[in-house]
Amino acid sequence: MYSSETVIGLGTPSVKNKPIEQLVWPEEGLHAIPDWVYTSDDVYAREIERIFHGPTWNFVALEAEVPNSGDYKRSYVGPTPVVVSRAEDGSIHVFENRCAHRGAEFCRHTRGNNTEFVCPYHQWSYDLKGNLQGIPFKRGVNKLGGMPRDFRNEDHGLKKLAVTTRNGVVFASFTHDMEPIEDYLTPEILKDFDTVFNGKKLRILGFYKNELPCNWKMYHENLKDPYHATLLHSFLVVFGLLVAGNRSAMVADSKRGVHGTMASAKSDSLYAAVDADKKKEMRSFHEGMVLKDERFLEYVKEFDSEWSVTMQTIWPNLIVQREMNTLGVRHIVPNGPNSMIMLWTMFGYEDDTEETTRHRLRQGNLMGPAGFLGLEDNEAMKFVQEGVRRSVTDRSVLKLDSENIGTADSLISEAAIRAMYKHYREVMGF
Amino acid sequence: MLPGFDKKPIAHDKALAARAAVEDFHAEYCAVLDGGDIEQWPEFFTENCVYRVTEYENAAHGFPAGLIYAEGRNMLRDRAVAISRTQMFAPRQMLHFVSNVRILDVTDEEIVAQSNYMLLQTLVEGATTLHQAGRLFDRFARNGAELLLKERQAIYDTAMIANDLAYPV
Repeated sequence: MYSSETVIGLGTPSVKNKPIEQLVWPEEGLHAIPDWVYTSDDVYAREIERIFHGPTWNFVALEAEVPNSGDYKRSYVGPTPVVVSRAEDGSIHVFENRCAHRGAEFCRHTRGNNTEFVCPYHQWSYDLKGNLQGIPFKRGVNKLGGMPRDFRNEDHGLKKLAVTTRNGVVFASFTHDMEPIEDYLTPEILKDFDTVFNGKKLRILGFYKNELPCNWKMYHENLKDPYHATLLHSFLVVFGLLVAGNRSAMVADSKRGVHGTMASAKSDSLYAAVDADKKKEMRSFHEGMVLKDERFLEYVKEFDSEWSVTMQTIWPNLIVQREMNTLGVRHIVPNGPNSMIMLWTMFGYEDDTEETTRHRLRQGNLMGPAGFLGLEDNEAMKFVQEGVRRSVTDRSVLKLDSENIGTADSLISEAAIRAMYKHYREVMGF
Repeated sequence: MLPGFDKKPIAHDKALAARAAVEDFHAEYCAVLDGGDIEQWPEFFTENCVYRVTEYENAAHGFPAGLIYAEGRNMLRDRAVAISRTQMFAPRQMLHFVSNVRILDVTDEEIVAQSNYMLLQTLVEGATTLHQAGRLFDRFARNGAELLLKERQAIYDTAMIANDLAYPV
């Protein structure tokens, strides 16, 4: 069921959707999150303006999606539709999907190849870099009508965004004086980002898309919350992919505290041994379960990394997934306070063998909207959104590892979420 | 749309008999899924089956990824056990509707068929919603009247999934 099909409690009660000037952060500071960050229309509007349209680098594509000159892809910066285009000289351009003339969203195909963009309404045409090329009847007909003499095509191109790439990953920004992407990501995040995006050519394996009936920030929080991993995902525990006590890390970047890497190292044996005292804490644990097809759990070490799993949250709209050998990016498209769209692109490398590709596809069953783990996250976040939107209580508790903000030494910590909200409050003025 | 699923010329009586067998199979298969008997579901497949659920764009452009991707009945058994015993998701009712069964090819050992499907979902508080609409591309092993799926590719048009897909197609 899409969020728009909610039957009971359609629309947010006014107490959870107050005017922005009435919103006050709770006195607990970073040890509480007020519900209104997830439910307020005003807050959402300010997020789009100050975060997605503000000084951030937003993921828009993998270069492998537009490998050839003329290739294009519909994409989004925040909720705003953009087009990613590869020009004749190999450069990548990102512009608004809005004709400069009357505003039509001219690019209708998810992806494709063309030599120019032509708006279907009045056939204004743009080159692959978004410059206005041609206007039918620009000089009118029989010396009547047409554009004024001082109309200059170069003043009426598509609205262009700043573009940068890092090892095959394309980012765009509405802010044109952004810091270099390397400085934006920070060395501690680049370390694991460059492990996946190491310059080897990618092979796209496919796409999926889903609507999650939750606020977009919850997706970041879920991947900055290593506490949930061994509790919600009993599958991980049962099959020893992650057990409380595995070697792990929850890193937050040192510059803004908004990017994160949740990392863990799989134990050597196929199935984990779980101590009796830890078992007691994990009520979803299932004794003695084994897989019928163990190929699915095999971990082929392919990178020079101490981690078998790294899940990276790149502010504000990208997740980089390396869950053993299944690789993917998730593009967050915010869709109002109570909804978000997730665009998934799964990939391997161009030099993968057929068997390696199949192994990645088999392991892909862990993630995605029907994934053994992915499904549970989607369900949990929906439950949280319904809880914060429809209840009387007005805040949630964020006290695990309460002295810490940022990188955490323990999985039983919410320090990385606090770091994200520290930055968020500064940017948003809360 | 998918390689290996082209329409072949087939004698009318053979196509009708095959169609009856396939429709009977769909009815029993859907009854098991809709009845909540998920651990019985893998028994409709051969040991070395291929099972994939994927969106239209992936199928049309030859991308191999699946929302669900399984090689062999054992992978389906693992999924069935995960769904029934380990996975956390809100309770729901599912209803499968399979129609427009079209026989693409028939031999004594195999039937290749294409069908349309609709998957309806009802959550505890929700309206009944059209969760997926798509096409099934099926390759059956045929042993007399008994059919087992050697291959099922469920290609859905409903690319923007409403949150998740808990049960298989």
